[in-house]
Amino acid sequence: MFAAVDPFILAFSAITVLATVAMGFWAARKSRSASDFFVAGRGVSVGWNASAISGEYLSAASFMGVAGMVMSSGYDALWYPVCYACGYLFLLLFIAGPLRRFGAYTIPDFAEGRYDSPLFRKIAVIFVLFIGFFYTMPQMKGAGTTLAYIFPGLPYWAGVVLVGAVITLNVALGGMKGITLVQAFQYWAKMFAISAPVFILMLVYGHYGHQLELNRPSGAAGTTPSERLPLTAKAPADAIWINPFGPLTTKAAKAAKPGYRYSGPLITFDNHHPFLSFLVSTSLKISRALTPGTVGWPSNQLSAASLVGEIEAINKLSRHAYAPSLTNISVFVDCSECSSYSAFNRQMVRALEQAGIVVQMDAVSITAFPKTEATLVPVDPRPYALLYTYSLIIALVCGTAGLPHILVRFYTNPDGVSAKRTTMWVMILIGIFYVFPPVLGVLGRNWMPSLYEGAGVNGTDGIVLKLPTILKERYGVLGSILSGITCAGAFAAFMSTFSGLLVSMTGALAHDVYGRILRPQSTAGERMHMFKWCAVAIGLIAVLLGTLVENFEINFMVGQAFAIAAASYFPLLFMSVWWRGMTTRGAATGMLGGGLLAMLAISLTSWTTFITAQAAKFKSIGRPEPEWFTSLKPYSLAEFWSLHPLLRILSEQPAIWAVPLAILLMVVISKWTARTVPADIRMKMLVLHAPEQLGLKQEYIREHDTSH
Amino acid sequence: MQFTQSQFSQRKARDPVSVPKPQPNHENHRNRQRKIVDLAPNWQDFVMQPPNQTPIDIHSEEFLARLQSRQLRLSIACASTFLTALLALPLLNYAFPEAMSSPTGGFTLTWLILGVLFFPFVWVIAWIFIRKSIALENAEVAEVAASASPSPSPYKGR
Repeated sequence: MFAAVDPFILAFSAITVLATVAMGFWAARKSRSASDFFVAGRGVSVGWNASAISGEYLSAASFMGVAGMVMSSGYDALWYPVCYACGYLFLLLFIAGPLRRFGAYTIPDFAEGRYDSPLFRKIAVIFVLFIGFFYTMPQMKGAGTTLAYIFPGLPYWAGVVLVGAVITLNVALGGMKGITLVQAFQYWAKMFAISAPVFILMLVYGHYGHQLELNRPSGAAGTTPSERLPLTAKAPADAIWINPFGPLTTKAAKAAKPGYRYSGPLITFDNHHPFLSFLVSTSLKISRALTPGTVGWPSNQLSAASLVGEIEAINKLSRHAYAPSLTNISVFVDCSECSSYSAFNRQMVRALEQAGIVVQMDAVSITAFPKTEATLVPVDPRPYALLYTYSLIIALVCGTAGLPHILVRFYTNPDGVSAKRTTMWVMILIGIFYVFPPVLGVLGRNWMPSLYEGAGVNGTDGIVLKLPTILKERYGVLGSILSGITCAGAFAAFMSTFSGLLVSMTGALAHDVYGRILRPQSTAGERMHMFKWCAVAIGLIAVLLGTLVENFEINFMVGQAFAIAAASYFPLLFMSVWWRGMTTRGAATGMLGGGLLAMLAISLTSWTTFITAQAAKFKSIGRPEPEWFTSLKPYSLAEFWSLHPLLRILSEQPAIWAVPLAILLMVVISKWTARTVPADIRMKMLVLHAPEQLGLKQEYIREHDTSH
Repeated sequence: MQFTQSQFSQRKARDPVSVPKPQPNHENHRNRQRKIVDLAPNWQDFVMQPPNQTPIDIHSEEFLARLQSRQLRLSIACASTFLTALLALPLLNYAFPEAMSSPTGGFTLTWLILGVLFFPFVWVIAWIFIRKSIALENAEVAEVAASASPSPSPYKGR
């Protein structure tokens, strides 16, 4: 089965995994206590610290996803790397400094300290789990994709299970904590693994600008096969790919039904059964709709005769004009299966559309006109795409502050000045890294367009791993070596981020949920024991979720985790740091309201994507759809989204409304409950904002250290 | 790690910078009386402080408000520079698609801006912010130190 395994690729990947695990255990033995873990960076230089923070931040989305998405979506995908890096600036400007002075290591710590409310801590912990799971899914997809590449023929789910099990076991046994050394090593491993192939490929095939130029519609005319392989059927056209508002941001609008404009009199109704009155006023002849038998109603069954009576009654109320051309059109409606009024409506719309009539229906009214008399107005996708872009930017920039495993790293700095210098270096290290993946995406479009057709490792998300193998033809083993290096980088990427998330989530579950909510009287030993079981439980759930997401783009999923973080934790941190009027209730309502609504909205569109992708999968492998699937299919919402592209965008990228909503809720509820502002709020604000040299934080740290 | 009011008040009491509050109505912090101390004759030359010759009580409302507003002003100035550029780019793409896709060294103009030039731009903002905010904090400390005990500063080298 594994005869086709490339020894170089396997060797490099294995070395990375073994080195990481070994370093993790070695370092974990040296640092035992919780404060060792958290303040590990105290004796560490700015350079090491910055590398470690960058190492933890660059996940599978950065390493594999960005290149894959640039290849599939072109310009629009550039927002991801740019905003991943810029999110750090926002964090630096508004949140990092005050939070570090406050001495809270995690967001739940901060929530409790700022509001003196252990209850609020528990609420805040929930989101560690929510965001964590959304963030682990793309890491699992990266793992499944990479394993399927190293071992050709290995099914996607098996890769997810294997990697998930190894990392979970590793975390449960105590290795792979957020150790500075390991994280720093992983940054440089990733940096090398992404930059070396890019430089070598550019040396052979031409530089970044040249590769991009081949995709310019005007410049592409003269390209020869030696400069670029022909694009495949599913690849977006050059003009769409290279320019803003391409496949990613216009997807919702492109899936929308085209609009029709009709200048004649429109029929609109505002009663409870609009379709029946519509039928009467337009004098449509319905064949067999009223044949003997019954037409079902939601509450009671009506016979054909009483249906006519109903129609007449409604007709008397109707006072609308109708399109003359619609009279005397016969439509066939099969009502034998109309179990409800809405089923009858659906049948009716289908019949009318087959008869060439455009029907636009919402809850209270119908407009209908013959297609021949209307002009087709396609939906202009650009305004929608602009909205999508803005919402994406807000999600990514604000969301960085709310990632559970990122803020912790800010406390590995000895003092404020070095923390700021570290941040500067982090931004530089991350920024340089993010220049490379898009280059691989562009090269991939020119030299490996076959990936547009596949899914999983044969899809665009596999480009970083696969692209170096194009060198095999010319330089033989060099291609394999480079591909092995990128595989090693991918391992470093999803291992570091998944381990970091697993530690955060397990800590939240074991310490807060078990230790404080379920069994407050448990001993430290019991909690340590519980930590292991929680790690296994969370690892299991992460693996399960990971197997479901083969058809989602890695980068897209990470963007959604950012959106949830942006709508929950970012408003909490931002408002708590800068507005003294915040109350516990205001903060909790805003965080829960914004975060849960954003999560619900995201789940709705992901559900549609999941169903659509499954249907396509069944079709492609020629298997009949199983029964559970056909029963779910009518609820895929695909038709609803095609009628309401705006709602789809707001649901897929909710940050543009969810972040303001969360802040609004916080302000309104806090004003309402203004009497419950913590009594020592002035002191808290001083600790947040006064420079450390004034002595406020030093004392806090001293007290904190002695309390351990 | 839970802040309790008692921890805070202990800290406050031991704080070397805070000046004793002789005045009785502790419950009304906003009207806390200021203590007048002698000032070094030339301290205004090197710290930013309105020359009203009053000492700084770091636990006062005025101090907190000034602290917060200075830092927030700096953050907002940097953020708005950054956000203007970031949010203007989609709008420029929308309004001037032709100009933004004009060839620039192989790239389209907008690709060059977003894919390459944006990173150094953000570094510059971060660099300016970090320099200014460190300077701001130093000035705040110097200000408090100068007002509490003119010379020598007890916080030197901390």
